[in-house]
Amino acid sequence: MRAPTGQDIAADELLLSVDDVSLSFGGVKAVTGVSFDIRKGEIRAIIGPNGAGKTSMLNVINGFYHPQRGKITFKGKTRSRMRPYEAARGGIARTFQNVALFKGMTALDNIMAGRALKMRRGFFCQMLWLGPALAEEVEHRRRVEEIIDFLKIQHIRKTPVGKLPYGLQKRVELGRALAMEPDLLLLDEPMAGMNLEEKEDMSRYILDLNNHFGTTIALIEHDMGVVMDLSDRVLVLDHGIKIADGAPAEVQADARVIDAYLGVSH
Amino acid sequence: MLYREVGQFKTSYQSDEAIFPIAQDRWFVIALILFAFLGVPLFAGQYLYTELLIPVLILSIAAIGLNILTGYCGQLSLGSGGFMAVGAYAAYNLALRLPETNIVLVFLLAGLMAMLVGLLFGLPSLRIKGFYLAVATLAAQFFLEWAFARVKWFTNYAPSGSVAVGRIELFGFPIDSPGKTYIFVLAFTIVLALAAKNLVRGRIGRMWMAIRDMDIAAEIIGIRPLHAKLSAFAVSSFYIGVAGALWGFLRLGSWEPLAFDVNRSFQVLFMIIIGGLGTILGSFLGAAFIVLVPIFLNQLPSRLGVPLSTAAISNIEFMLFGATIIFFLIVEPRGLARLWAIAKEKLRLWPFPY
Amino acid sequence: MLGPVIETLIGGLLTGVLYALVALGFVLIFKASGVFNFAQGAMVLFAALSLARLSEFMPLLLALALSIAIMIALAYAIELLVLRHLINQEGIILFMATLGIAYFLEGFGQTLWGSDIYKIDLGLPTNPIFLFETVFPGGILVDPAELIAAIICAVLVLVLALFFQFTRMGRALRAVADDHQAAQSVGIPLGQIWLMVWAVAGLVALVAGMMWGTKLGVQFSLSLVALKALPVLILGGFTSIPGAIVGGLIIGAGEKLAEVLLAPVLIRTFDLAGGGIENWFAYVLALLFLLVRPQGLFGERIIERV
Repeated sequence: MRAPTGQDIAADELLLSVDDVSLSFGGVKAVTGVSFDIRKGEIRAIIGPNGAGKTSMLNVINGFYHPQRGKITFKGKTRSRMRPYEAARGGIARTFQNVALFKGMTALDNIMAGRALKMRRGFFCQMLWLGPALAEEVEHRRRVEEIIDFLKIQHIRKTPVGKLPYGLQKRVELGRALAMEPDLLLLDEPMAGMNLEEKEDMSRYILDLNNHFGTTIALIEHDMGVVMDLSDRVLVLDHGIKIADGAPAEVQADARVIDAYLGVSH
Repeated sequence: MLYREVGQFKTSYQSDEAIFPIAQDRWFVIALILFAFLGVPLFAGQYLYTELLIPVLILSIAAIGLNILTGYCGQLSLGSGGFMAVGAYAAYNLALRLPETNIVLVFLLAGLMAMLVGLLFGLPSLRIKGFYLAVATLAAQFFLEWAFARVKWFTNYAPSGSVAVGRIELFGFPIDSPGKTYIFVLAFTIVLALAAKNLVRGRIGRMWMAIRDMDIAAEIIGIRPLHAKLSAFAVSSFYIGVAGALWGFLRLGSWEPLAFDVNRSFQVLFMIIIGGLGTILGSFLGAAFIVLVPIFLNQLPSRLGVPLSTAAISNIEFMLFGATIIFFLIVEPRGLARLWAIAKEKLRLWPFPY
Repeated sequence: MLGPVIETLIGGLLTGVLYALVALGFVLIFKASGVFNFAQGAMVLFAALSLARLSEFMPLLLALALSIAIMIALAYAIELLVLRHLINQEGIILFMATLGIAYFLEGFGQTLWGSDIYKIDLGLPTNPIFLFETVFPGGILVDPAELIAAIICAVLVLVLALFFQFTRMGRALRAVADDHQAAQSVGIPLGQIWLMVWAVAGLVALVAGMMWGTKLGVQFSLSLVALKALPVLILGGFTSIPGAIVGGLIIGAGEKLAEVLLAPVLIRTFDLAGGGIENWFAYVLALLFLLVRPQGLFGERIIERV
């Protein structure tokens, strides 16, 4: 979580641009000809009725699915297919609808795992432990504790995540994504299954991340209130096609969007 | 009251990351190690050394190896026997053809040989998911068993197909008694166990466990699954190879490929299931269990005055292992190590019930 | 030269049928519960032992009936003592549980029935048949017992395939294999289903045990045949009944042909102390298959969705 430096792409430049991407699974068209972009430093919401292709879109950005057509340009580099770990190395972090935590590990270990890309010490150093490996472990532990403080999960850091309630699991998953210090953070329904208080907490975290640390965020969300409050721009998908793209107020008033949610066929 | 952490505050992350953060644990383990080195030789006899202590220690190394691959990284392997064989035969050939080499180096190089063979089988196999890897390792097991029986160079053209080694010596100091062998093996075991523990508690252990728990999610934090699985396979094969070399030289003295057959593979697997998958302690506990049961079964009938044939004892062994595995899987899938941890938890609260 | 090769081929194919019989039991349980039943081999041994020993002092048909009853009782015991307690566990835990069952059964079976080698006498013709005597000198040797095993196997496969495809029970079994919890939530009685499946697998094990036992004699190494079923399943696909047959045939023929054709070449080239390629050929073949086509010839492709 560092403030943008002069070396990075200037604010308001495009961080990610999706160019005419189409994805289908053996006959089922998940996404058809979608193009949009994400500016550096903004909060972008992706909304749409169920089955609209939102998660598939994130999966394409992330590298899980390879589109049959189209290109993705991230930080100036264009590619049409890459593996998820390449996306991670490039600076994209991700959370999932069904929390994808490592159930056999504690919350602390899960978040420490997020530092995997930044830890370098080799096998022999690790076997020895004392010396460089320990120093590296302590240094990254320090950073992870900052994240734990930020998310207020100190009390559960040594708890195996399988034992945590759903809301806390989602927070740990967010922590793990943050530990990667990503340029682009993809959140897939971060508020799903939460009560009002938890949603307010999560909203505050997302806003803080964006305001204080400049993290660019793309999120899929169903709660319209959250979307309107948090996002700078909204992309609306329906049946895999883009039907609206703009500021929250515009999109909310768009007739096609209203139709899509009400189920009016078009 | 004894086992309280009250007053023990961690003032640095370093102390929180220690292997035994609770002071009482540290003292216990230090005392145990001192006892193992200094106390045991005072009263132990040959039987205790050769039938209990040495086998348990060597098999613990193998169990740690398999635990790294299967317990921490989630990749099932049924080829442990074959890789032990690689270590044993590699050590044999090294000692035979380069007799001046330091014996510790021989064992370590034997482990390295096993690691290379492991990588050879592992490289194509690790694209295969989870369960199918078991088949690949079975292929390795049966192939290696066959190779060591048929390729004459490995056994130095011995007509009988079995090999024999003499006494080993360390820096000119002969290791010629069970007591000395025990100390040698104990030192090896402690160093290797410590190295393994250090590996699994740091970034590499987390990488392996991430693959085990959800390899798809591991990719999104930048872990390359193939790289992680291969490294687990490599380290695991190294440990198992070293164990095989030690087993051949210091436990058997002479052997044929049958000593490392598929039953040995299952034996090591049982150790880590019963002892506790994904724990270093469990490797020791499981090895101890597997070694103790046959000893117990051999002694008990005569003590009770009820004679049992070897076949009957062997059958009872099978039933006992099978029943124990099922019992643990149902009641406590994390094995003896977890039971031990639960006992410690209760002790922390003692004398209060909760 | 061709004559002996054809003979080996036929012999291998027939052995392959026997492998397929064992693999069938695996497929049944995997198809219906998603569990890889490592204990199938031990079940084959147990069934064969029961039949062999019982038939020593009672007529064969009675012994057969009793053995069937025993295998059903065994299925009941396994469901009650083991499976019921592990309903929502992951596959690897269930697999290890079947490993435990396998070991237990091997010890138990031999404690109950004894550890010697026993014969099963099914009254099958034992004189070898010679085919194609006009084409090849001396004819091609075929073992009639194996031929009968092939026929029985074919019938069994047909019955099972029809069962899975067309009956209500068959559909329920397929639902259970897909998702335990979902199947329960639509009211499918999981416990009863598993009982049924393991009982049927037990009967298949009995048939396999009978055929193997007649050929080899009933002994401990029979349970090792189960390990051989793994390559069969890799080739054929874990969920396919016809796949088990095809896989079995390929492995059976492949092994024997490799031993007869490949081994002499290897022995000469590498100066080996003998053959025995059969020991590993099946597994290496399976390994190569896994690299090229992991779901087997007939199995289902597993797509992981995030």
